[in-house]
Amino acid sequence: MSEPLLEMSGLTKHFPIMGGLIVKRQVAQVHAVDGVDLTVHAGESVGLVGESGCGKSTTGRLAARLLEPTAGTVRYRGRDIAHSSRRELKPIRPEIQMIFQDPYSSLNPRQTVGGIIRGPMEVNGIAPPGGRNARVRELLEIVGLNPEHYNRFPHEFSGGQRQRIGIARALALEPKLIIADEPVSALDVSIQAQVVNLLQALQRDLGIAFLFIAHDLAIVRHFSQRVAVMYLGKIVEVADRDSLYERPRHPYTHALLSAVPEADVTAEPRERIRLAGDVPSPIDPPSGCRFRTRCWKAQDRCATEEPPLVRLQGNRDGHLTACHFPEDPTSHGGNVILDPALQH
Amino acid sequence: MTTPFLSVRDLTVDFHTEDGVVHAVDGLSFDVEKGTTLGIVGESGSGKSVTNLAILGLHNPAHSRITGEITLDGDELVRAPKSQLERLRGNKVAMIFQDPLTSLSPYHSVGRQIGETFRKHTGASRKEARDRAVEMLRRVGIPHAQTRVDDYPHQFSGGMRQRVMIAMALVCDPDLLIADEPTTALDVTVQAQIIDLLKDLQQQFGTAIILITHDLGVVAGAAHEVLVMYAGRAVERGTVREVLGSPRHPYTWGLLSSMPRLHAPVDVPLVPVRGTPPSLINVPPGCPFHPRCDFQALAGPDMCRGERPELSPHRGHGDACYLTPAQKQDIFIEQIKEHL
Repeated sequence: MSEPLLEMSGLTKHFPIMGGLIVKRQVAQVHAVDGVDLTVHAGESVGLVGESGCGKSTTGRLAARLLEPTAGTVRYRGRDIAHSSRRELKPIRPEIQMIFQDPYSSLNPRQTVGGIIRGPMEVNGIAPPGGRNARVRELLEIVGLNPEHYNRFPHEFSGGQRQRIGIARALALEPKLIIADEPVSALDVSIQAQVVNLLQALQRDLGIAFLFIAHDLAIVRHFSQRVAVMYLGKIVEVADRDSLYERPRHPYTHALLSAVPEADVTAEPRERIRLAGDVPSPIDPPSGCRFRTRCWKAQDRCATEEPPLVRLQGNRDGHLTACHFPEDPTSHGGNVILDPALQH
Repeated sequence: MTTPFLSVRDLTVDFHTEDGVVHAVDGLSFDVEKGTTLGIVGESGSGKSVTNLAILGLHNPAHSRITGEITLDGDELVRAPKSQLERLRGNKVAMIFQDPLTSLSPYHSVGRQIGETFRKHTGASRKEARDRAVEMLRRVGIPHAQTRVDDYPHQFSGGMRQRVMIAMALVCDPDLLIADEPTTALDVTVQAQIIDLLKDLQQQFGTAIILITHDLGVVAGAAHEVLVMYAGRAVERGTVREVLGSPRHPYTWGLLSSMPRLHAPVDVPLVPVRGTPPSLINVPPGCPFHPRCDFQALAGPDMCRGERPELSPHRGHGDACYLTPAQKQDIFIEQIKEHL
């Protein structure tokens, strides 16, 4: 395999919670990301899935070094940038770009589309051959917008078109890695597919690596070659796409997959796994395995000993699972109903 | 023939704005029977929510014009006086909204909010209302209901808040429950719990449910019948099996083939619907979908821009499109099916 482009190891981010009446001091901390190891190779698309509050967006921001980690390393092309200064980061910034979820709040309403896309080039002092305006038109064309619209303002565009503007801005500096944080979840279904297809074409034609963060497992499966599943700040399972979706070993991955509603009316009825309750608070995560409070397989050992993220017997190379009592990939587990309202 | 429990006929909702008249719903008809769920699917701005607020009489008459007929169990609702609607709301018809945090009052305990509806419609005492609230919380699966009844909305998680909303909606055993995107703000594992809970409660109490959603997967799992809306109109109607299994309208094809699937082969490309939905101030003439439709040339010259197509046949699996049934079947089998 090619050399890793981005390598995160032991990555941790704790946000302090301040309290106190007169003197503000730290009373607790949110364990947003707690020891994440993840690698993105050049030209590869890695999906990061999980429910809200699991730390996937924070991981994305740490990878782009928009946040400084509490502990751990972020290596970009072999160099640790975890605690680099702004000056040290400057040459790397153009190579790592972000696409945000909300196409409304991520574009400046007072700037024209041309200004928005030109921005990154101006900040970094890049003068493409033919001039910046020519490059803006070229970028608008690449993302499927009318190049003559560079003088318009964001409010004149629909949600899907705005997301294309955000993509054009991310492409302006010819990045090697794009961190896309829920890039299509704010869009309608028919528009979602337009944007997913565009991102896929960019990845293929321009060889850009993606860290694709989303909660929608079907879209991640469509877009990513490798997928990591996060739960409460930790990666519980990571594998190549086929292994993860066809042979999930972690009970949480299994539950997540079985909960996805499917529009296929002819398919065989699937097994139902219905967890009870919601994700616990990341302020005080459970000891040992963090999923144990919602897991139907949990035993005493899960509370005391944290399962390491390792390759289990029978798994393909690169398929890592953090579980003491993993699912059997060969047998059909049957229904698991933990929700008290559904038990009767 | 018996009349359906809820019947909506030729419903039109217009809003007067500074920019012009917004035709939010235009000539919509559908029925819902007791104990069944109708899924209304469509993208943002297709008129799903406006239709259901009209059933509850929640549009401000100063800014809107509503025509047509809405009959609920024999009562006509469009021209009903305010007092009659107030007796119905929360009692016979109840609603669950998308965002449970903004639709619950932060200043009152959940028990009081659940009990308020009950006291208003039954004249129960405070004590009876509280007992009823505990019973409802238990029914929707909130642990320690006896103590949780005095908690405030911020003390509940997102999924638990949505359960509180459901408890509040069901407190008077309504005959019709309108759920407007009830799971959109929730995570998948919680969404699955809530959908199962709604199905479960429907089986116990025979409630009729209108489930508004943009997610065809949710409809497939929870509804019996489906109505697909586009630009304020119904473009296809039928049972879940009919509409999702053998869809007939080009817009339904577009929705289905633009959705990534968990079990389809990974190399099947998504086929989006080109263009964007129309403005409801200037709805295209004829079929509102024609500017985005790839098949309008097949229907004959200018057919799709002329007269507006109606749902046909009138009963069962119907769609509003000028293509002949044979054309639709051929296109579906040759071009669409491989993408599903």
